[in-house]
Amino acid sequence: MGFDIRMPIGMLFTLFGILLIGYGAATNGSAMYAEHSLGVNMNLWWGVALLAFGVVMLALMRLRGKQAAAGAVDKPGGLERPAPRH
Amino acid sequence: MRPEPHLIDYTIILLYFAFVLGIGFVLKKYMKTSTDFFLSGRSIPAWIAGLAFLSANLGAQEVIGMGASGAKYGIATSHFYWIGAVPAMLFVGVFMMPFYYGSRARSVPEYLKLRFDEKTRGFNAISFAVMTVFSSGVSMYAMGKLLQLLLGWNFTAAILISALIVLAYTFLGGLTSAIYNEVLQFFLIVMGFIPLVYLGLRDVGGWDGLKARIANDAMVHSWKYMGHSNANPMGVEWFGMLMGLAFVLSFGYWCTDFLVVQRAMAADSMTAARRTPVIAAFPKMVFPFLVILPGMIAGVATSPRVHGVVVENSEGASGAAHSAFFTGGKGIIPPKYDAAGQPVTADGKVVLDYDLATPMMLVRYFPSGLLGLGLCALIASFMSGMAGNTTAFNTVWTYDIYQSYINKTASDQHYLWMGRASTVFGLGISLMAAFVAKEFNNILDVLQLVFAFVNAPLFATFMLGMFWKRTTGHGAFWGLLGGTVAAATHYGLTLPAGAVAGVKGGYLGPILHVYPSEMAQNFWTAIFAWVGCFTLTIVISLLTAPRPEQELKGLVYSLTAKPEEGGLRWYQKPAMLALIVVVLLFGLNLVFW
Repeated sequence: MGFDIRMPIGMLFTLFGILLIGYGAATNGSAMYAEHSLGVNMNLWWGVALLAFGVVMLALMRLRGKQAAAGAVDKPGGLERPAPRH
Repeated sequence: MRPEPHLIDYTIILLYFAFVLGIGFVLKKYMKTSTDFFLSGRSIPAWIAGLAFLSANLGAQEVIGMGASGAKYGIATSHFYWIGAVPAMLFVGVFMMPFYYGSRARSVPEYLKLRFDEKTRGFNAISFAVMTVFSSGVSMYAMGKLLQLLLGWNFTAAILISALIVLAYTFLGGLTSAIYNEVLQFFLIVMGFIPLVYLGLRDVGGWDGLKARIANDAMVHSWKYMGHSNANPMGVEWFGMLMGLAFVLSFGYWCTDFLVVQRAMAADSMTAARRTPVIAAFPKMVFPFLVILPGMIAGVATSPRVHGVVVENSEGASGAAHSAFFTGGKGIIPPKYDAAGQPVTADGKVVLDYDLATPMMLVRYFPSGLLGLGLCALIASFMSGMAGNTTAFNTVWTYDIYQSYINKTASDQHYLWMGRASTVFGLGISLMAAFVAKEFNNILDVLQLVFAFVNAPLFATFMLGMFWKRTTGHGAFWGLLGGTVAAATHYGLTLPAGAVAGVKGGYLGPILHVYPSEMAQNFWTAIFAWVGCFTLTIVISLLTAPRPEQELKGLVYSLTAKPEEGGLRWYQKPAMLALIVVVLLFGLNLVFW
């Protein structure tokens, strides 16, 4: 399978992170944080966490792509393992 | 405190939909044979299969239901995870997967055909196919009702849109698409619920604050009050819990239900298939903190206050009416309302709508923005459950019903086409079931009851089939039927406390026993079914001719070579990973004793 699941996951969470950080920054100090999230700008902080998660996913994907190119991994999919029996 | 999703929330949800569909479109070009479509070409790495294994089960009933149960029974709900899932997941990985994967069976019913005979497969395939389409319908109905109540969305539109999206991505990309999306949904659910638990716990003063507010010791201990069924809110004693839930029901589901087993069968090697459920067991162990805690917090949380004033809402008349709708319950859990809009009462007390415990937590603690992420997590759980049912249905339909009984000799391309076609009509039937459920709620209750009777004895059949070579096809088939009858008979002769004869049991006339709770009755029904099936299978097997051992190679424990583990490092060995899980499991049970 030439399609790595880490790519869509990484991209989606990166986008979510950017969206929430932007929205959190724009609404900083809004009454909705006092009403809902105990006065914490959770959009901003959790946006950072989502962004970090997304970037790590994308980095893992690139890392594996490089390994595959260098021949370190025989098949896409990640960790080494015995060849499947057919 | 009516939720008011803003543009940002809808953007997040639409973005999620776009990605889910995109995965389906990208995977379309890899679907060349029926094996690609139904089994992902047996090419999925262990970690992906493992997360999908967990996620396929993590449907709406799980996220909503476990929150509801947490609000009702407290931390003892974790039994459904720690003893009611994890041990069975380890067992299926370490001991049963060699036969499922090694026999090259393409489905669980097909394994029954290889091990026993055609009639046993037929019974299992047909009951499973009917069950999956209807459970998918029940799940759609639950989602439509929830989104309608919580956000004022249109019931029909909500279930149509989500069903169409699931249809599109499973139609295009088959099992691979379902599995990939389940992994995405897994991360969404985790990342969507962590901030909820964080904010909720912070608000009530951490675990200690939560314990103090709940002020009921039986709700914050999982085992301490299990000595007698009267001592704990579940109404179950330790024996019923261990035998009924942890053994019969849990092993019956995790070890024989094709919905989850299919994910492991798609793995790229025997070791990966065996590791799949074991890898899933790690997150499964910590899920109680994500799904049960919100329910417990909902029972004691308060409406938001700004400068000491309770914030109701900032909207006009409709908002005010909506707000009144949600008040008068316990914590932030609203009361249940009947069709006329009046709170339902029983014994002079308001009946709470526990299914809203977790959704109300999202509304209470998430500001706009995060709310979109939370709703996304909720919708993702509905979709992963629906897709799990759909892919399991189209496989069993195509391989075990269509290819076995209707058209045996078609080309592979024809079966691939049939897989897509059955995805469409499977979801179509589910949709109809959802609309029927909206009108006649009781029909689905009855159906679910029948499925419970059929499912309860299954593990006895598989255990005997895999570990006792003398078991015969006749023994298996009549044992299964006998176990189902035993379940229906036990249920028909007993009642939970306070219920009237009917769907709740007691329909056979004399009531021989009254259980303290529905849960206790269900657990004991399962125990009776299992014992009935187990005994009958052994007796009939001994009376019928055994199959030659030659035919049972690879299907029975004593006639199958142990899986090769020589080249694996310690952290790649399924049994070693399982051992780590067991140690952690003991720790968790001790901490929350």
